[in-house]
Amino acid sequence: MRIIPLMNTPNTYRTGPDEFGHFGIFGGRYVAETLMPLILEVERAYDAAKADPSFQAELDQFLAQYVGRPSPLYFAERLTEYFGGAKIYFKRDELNHTGAHKINNCMGQILLARRMGKKRIIAETGAGQHGVATATVCARFGLECVVYMGATDIERQAPNVFRMKLLGAKVVPVTSGTATLKDAMNDALRDWVSNVNDTYYLIGTVAGPHPYPTMVRDFQAVIGSEAREQILAAEGRLPDSLVACIGGGSNAMGLFHPFLDDTQIRIIGVEAAGHGIESGKHAASLTGGKPGVLHGNRTYLLQDDDGQILDAHSISAGLDYPGIGPEHSWLNDSGRVEYVSVRDDEALEMFQLCSSLEGIIPALEPSHALAHIKKIAADLPAEHLMIMNMCGRGDKDVFTVADALGVKL
Amino acid sequence: MTRGATSGRIEARFASLREIGRAAFIPFIMAADPDYKTTLEILKGLPGAGADIIEIGVMYSDPMADGPAIQAAGLRAKTGGARVTKTLDMVRDFRKEDDTTPIILMGYYNPIYIYGVQTFLADACEAGVDGLIVVDLPPEEDTELCIPALEAGMHFIRLATPTTDDKRIPAVLANTSGFVYYVAVAGITGTKSADKSAIHTAVKHLKRHTDLPVAVGFGIKTPAQVAEIGKIADAAVVGSALVDIIEANLDDNGNAKAGLVNKALEFVAELSKGLQSSEKVLLK
Repeated sequence: MRIIPLMNTPNTYRTGPDEFGHFGIFGGRYVAETLMPLILEVERAYDAAKADPSFQAELDQFLAQYVGRPSPLYFAERLTEYFGGAKIYFKRDELNHTGAHKINNCMGQILLARRMGKKRIIAETGAGQHGVATATVCARFGLECVVYMGATDIERQAPNVFRMKLLGAKVVPVTSGTATLKDAMNDALRDWVSNVNDTYYLIGTVAGPHPYPTMVRDFQAVIGSEAREQILAAEGRLPDSLVACIGGGSNAMGLFHPFLDDTQIRIIGVEAAGHGIESGKHAASLTGGKPGVLHGNRTYLLQDDDGQILDAHSISAGLDYPGIGPEHSWLNDSGRVEYVSVRDDEALEMFQLCSSLEGIIPALEPSHALAHIKKIAADLPAEHLMIMNMCGRGDKDVFTVADALGVKL
Repeated sequence: MTRGATSGRIEARFASLREIGRAAFIPFIMAADPDYKTTLEILKGLPGAGADIIEIGVMYSDPMADGPAIQAAGLRAKTGGARVTKTLDMVRDFRKEDDTTPIILMGYYNPIYIYGVQTFLADACEAGVDGLIVVDLPPEEDTELCIPALEAGMHFIRLATPTTDDKRIPAVLANTSGFVYYVAVAGITGTKSADKSAIHTAVKHLKRHTDLPVAVGFGIKTPAQVAEIGKIADAAVVGSALVDIIEANLDDNGNAKAGLVNKALEFVAELSKGLQSSEKVLLK
């Protein structure tokens, strides 16, 4: 019998990763031996939780009553009119408790950590949104919380640092390396290596060693699953396009994943181009990087020709990461998702426009997605349905934006 | 997999030490800390100071298993112009004078991956590198570098740790060659030290599963600790404490002060001296 060769286009984009955590050549488990048994333990515990209906029931209950899900799907009428093309919907994940999509994942992982009997939770944070969400769920369940945060970020995100402390977390300034998000992740991994027995590492994005990219995606996929039902209810059909911003890529993965096999839907991820790709000061790993290995997985990275990781730059601290989730790298190479980038100044403009037109102050992160929508919406017909993930609110960014606009508060 | 012929230097070194009944002393220095000229001078002096095998650190921007001392050494090496190609050049220079002391490169995968695995292995073998320790490549990722390395005749020295349970030991040892490196503490380099009896138990346990020599590292800082390890294992590795000596002998601009090389070599001589007299406990 002849075996039919595999076609280049997969039948489904939703079955990954393989049992070793690979999405094509991306993903994997590139960690020190000390951590390997812990990562395998997390994987086993997560598999067991997934198969246990009581876990999902508990998660659903907390998502409904504590996080405030489902988040609305909102027709952004005035922005739609302003652009004069595609019909734009916002998935309002900025209305979640703590003001961003981060808590979807934190709630899932904290319930897992509790099942595993872990007493001490560690996390990394850049802008502080994941740190705040982690500190929040730790407070809710009475668990010790230690958040690693780059010393540079601590300075520019003082309100979030205070918030974490109010919630009872210990915020550890990271001075190693370049003192930013990637170094915070290094120090969190070092903490985990040193405290293997009682500690659970609550990673905030779809990166890290397997099973984290998959697990975080699964917890964030509630965004896309809800959006799917909501657009069907509102319009009686699926959308024509999806747009989301990408740092590590958890909000985008959460929106995209339930739609990946609807191949007629155009899916666009928007990276941060900082001062512009050609300036070298950006955070666009797919547009300006190449595959390499960092933080436990192979993915597109900003790096030099000696394999040293470079600093990322973005006005949005949440996008300021030199890597991207491995599944995004795979979706990029397989061509299913388009990845583009927009600059700081383009995002700043949309931050202001959305605030004044819709009465919604978006975080700088989704402002990047809006900036790309501005480029394409006008050329699309009025019946084109577009969903953008409004993954965070902009309260945290008012100081940064005021500073960038030369306004003294 | 067909294993390629190795340089034989690691096997020969352990065999001759076994004959005289002594454990090996393995110092670690970071290439280009603070510059290649200084590192090469130290390197050339190490065998005379009592180093039986030498570990050379390959700088990586994100060393997730390293503590403050080796992180700082990496940053100094970056300033000192560290690059994989230059580190291989340095090994070539060392080999002009010493063709017997085994050289092991220790670091993380990405610089090797970006260099290109096959090209790297060919260049490293040709330069006179005998083995690799790559911290972030567990057995689960063996196809990346471990298997190609073994096929190329390059030893792939695996780390076993206090968290390596019985279920994992066979996988960890399966494709290990040259020796096994036991990480004495669940932690990062240069911080806490494990107690002797725990290390002894762990080494004995590993010995039941392998005939390879077992080296012990992480948290070993003093001549007394080296001597203790020499009694219960086949080799003792000292990294952070030696790197600290280098740091202490830099001027305000981060350049080597006069006498740095001697200070480093004196420290190595002191550390290794403990092994000369220590009788090895029968391990089997």
